[in-house]
Amino acid sequence: MNELTLVDAVNQAIAHELASDPDVVVFGEDVGKNGGVFRATANLQDRFGENRVFDTPLAESMIAGLSIGMSTQGLKPVAEFQFLGFIYPAFNQIVNHAARMRNRTRGRLHCPIVFRAPFGGGIHAPEHHSESTEALFAHIPGLRVVIPSSPVRAYGLLLAAIRNPDPVIFLEPKRIYRLVKQDVPDNGEALPLDACFVLREGSDVTLVSWGAMMHETLQAANQLSEQGIQADVIDVATIKPLDIDTILNSVEKTGRCVIVHEAARSFGVGAEIAAQIGEKALFSLHAPVQRVTGFDITMPYFKLEKHYMPSVEKIIAAVNHTMEF
Amino acid sequence: MTTAAEFQIEYLQYLQADGKAKSDLPSFASDETLMVNLYKTMVQVRAYDTKAIALQRTGKMGTYASTLGQEALSAATGAAMQKDDVFAPYYRDYAAQIQRSVSMLEIYQYWGGDERGNCYQNNPHDFPMSVPIGSQCLHAAGAAFAFKYRKQNRVAVTTIGEGGTSEGDFYEALNVAGAWKLPVVFVVNNNQWAISVPRGSQTACETIAQKAIAAGFEGIQIDGNDIIACRKIIGDAIDKARRGDGPTLVEAITYRLCDHTTADDASRYREDNEVTNAQELEPIKRTRAYLTDVGFWNDEKEAALQVECKKNVDAVVEQYLNIEQQPLENLFDYHYAELPANLVEQRQEVIEGSL
Ligand SMILES: Cc1ncc(C[n+]2csc(CCOP(=O)(O)OP(=O)(O)O)c2C)c(N)n1
Repeated sequence: MNELTLVDAVNQAIAHELASDPDVVVFGEDVGKNGGVFRATANLQDRFGENRVFDTPLAESMIAGLSIGMSTQGLKPVAEFQFLGFIYPAFNQIVNHAARMRNRTRGRLHCPIVFRAPFGGGIHAPEHHSESTEALFAHIPGLRVVIPSSPVRAYGLLLAAIRNPDPVIFLEPKRIYRLVKQDVPDNGEALPLDACFVLREGSDVTLVSWGAMMHETLQAANQLSEQGIQADVIDVATIKPLDIDTILNSVEKTGRCVIVHEAARSFGVGAEIAAQIGEKALFSLHAPVQRVTGFDITMPYFKLEKHYMPSVEKIIAAVNHTMEF
Repeated sequence: MTTAAEFQIEYLQYLQADGKAKSDLPSFASDETLMVNLYKTMVQVRAYDTKAIALQRTGKMGTYASTLGQEALSAATGAAMQKDDVFAPYYRDYAAQIQRSVSMLEIYQYWGGDERGNCYQNNPHDFPMSVPIGSQCLHAAGAAFAFKYRKQNRVAVTTIGEGGTSEGDFYEALNVAGAWKLPVVFVVNNNQWAISVPRGSQTACETIAQKAIAAGFEGIQIDGNDIIACRKIIGDAIDKARRGDGPTLVEAITYRLCDHTTADDASRYREDNEVTNAQELEPIKRTRAYLTDVGFWNDEKEAALQVECKKNVDAVVEQYLNIEQQPLENLFDYHYAELPANLVEQRQEVIEGSL
């Protein structure tokens, strides 16, 4: 058994790719000697050398722009942004270049980059450290957006992300970095980057979530089961490209859907999923699709953070609402 | 070939580590009230800071960034400014903020996870401490532009760590400040470490001060543990900006004697003896030695000050621990001047959800 937390699984995946592909380089702020502020790159510099695992000066646009230059010339950067909240100086590079280099050059140049960033609330972090803005990236053509919710999926999805020839935004739900351990064999087997994962099967309602909220969603499903409501639970995992078929198949079976995400409600990934269900499975629905999400406000600083976060109770209430519809 | 341009970066220190003057001191150094006030601020901030870490350790505060060892620079920055000036601080400048009438309670409240710590009841103009590194430098430049535009005799001051000087925003702010000759002062707290990244890995420049040269204005390096050098040079830079003679970059050499924040463990990446050596240079001991030498200070006054600072902190902690929870509508009510209709329902949901 190789029991790992999610953050350790991230570390193991990066190490695996460093060992197997000499073009992989790992960098960011404090990723070297310090091993990352969350220890995601712990010991990698010792194991693979300063040539391959290194600290950068403190500048995010630089991290993204460098990654683009490196990746077009044969390297495979795995770059860390210390927190998702600090990726924005790099937005220009990511959106205007990484995401469209392949298209602009009609395939001549491309950017096999993984941009990693811890994100999300619930750890009593300072201001700007807790937002969930995956939708910003999912909206951009040319990017992939991946969010693991368990150690096993963190490992398999990160391997796939590093091997993928296009830029991947790999967002790590830091609230669950150390929540559970799972057996994560270091077998180098990647998971698909275009598939949702069905975590639990049931015929009454479809629960769709990703990232840290998977845990509340699964807890809600367990409690609902005791009430006699059986839920299909889907971990979207790869936000983009969205595997809508898995979700549609489930909704066609259950006729009900509740989407749970920590990000603000409006214009989010949940809205996209609901829209596609409306477009493609309207007549299977017995009730309107519900969203249990953060509010359309700035992520509160931690004293009031819990009032922002979707809870098991809110998920159950939304499910009951769709059941009674 | 001829020389197209030539530059020099000056370094200034008045007080040596033992508190003895190295050269003739500026006249304010013999102003007892001024010097003693600076010292009191430093000692008060240290007591406040030590307590903040204790509060964090006992679960009564969130992640906290200590200012240990950087009190002189920060106190001097605040003291050199006028009330109507604008400060755009980074997150380690409590002494300056306190000099500028931000209360210790507000700062505790802030790190306690409560946005109301940014209200600054007695300071209407300053920015809240900036979390996204480097961004505040541009705000200071913008504020300086507004002063110039409105023909106000005010100055903007911003602070940043040496790591932050790698950010584009920092360079962009310097550049525009130089190009437009803005009344702004950039103070770099070069405390040698940006979390785990040492100064030498951040830039190949010999000094941070010289970055001002590329932006077309003066940069100067000072001993940031020397209260007199800090007060003198930052004061001069502010006077110069106020006269309309443009920006200055002050690089102050300090040392981050603490972990980066309470979430950090510096022993992972730096040697203990480096820290021990740096302790020899720290500013409070040095200032006290100077004040004692010139007869402004003695053990009795010190004992009284320690008691007073502790009392002040205890009183603030008492208040801090009894702050009423923020009303939940605050989560919504400050996003727009007027609450948009589509938020009314969500606001209600939050309030009801908590009942
Ligand atoms: C834009 C941005 N990137 C990264 C971070 C995370 N971070 C917080 S403090 C810090 C190091 C700052 O070092 P320095 O500027 O030298 O200031 P110091 O904390 O040492 O005073 C980093 C990387 C951030 N807050 N903002």
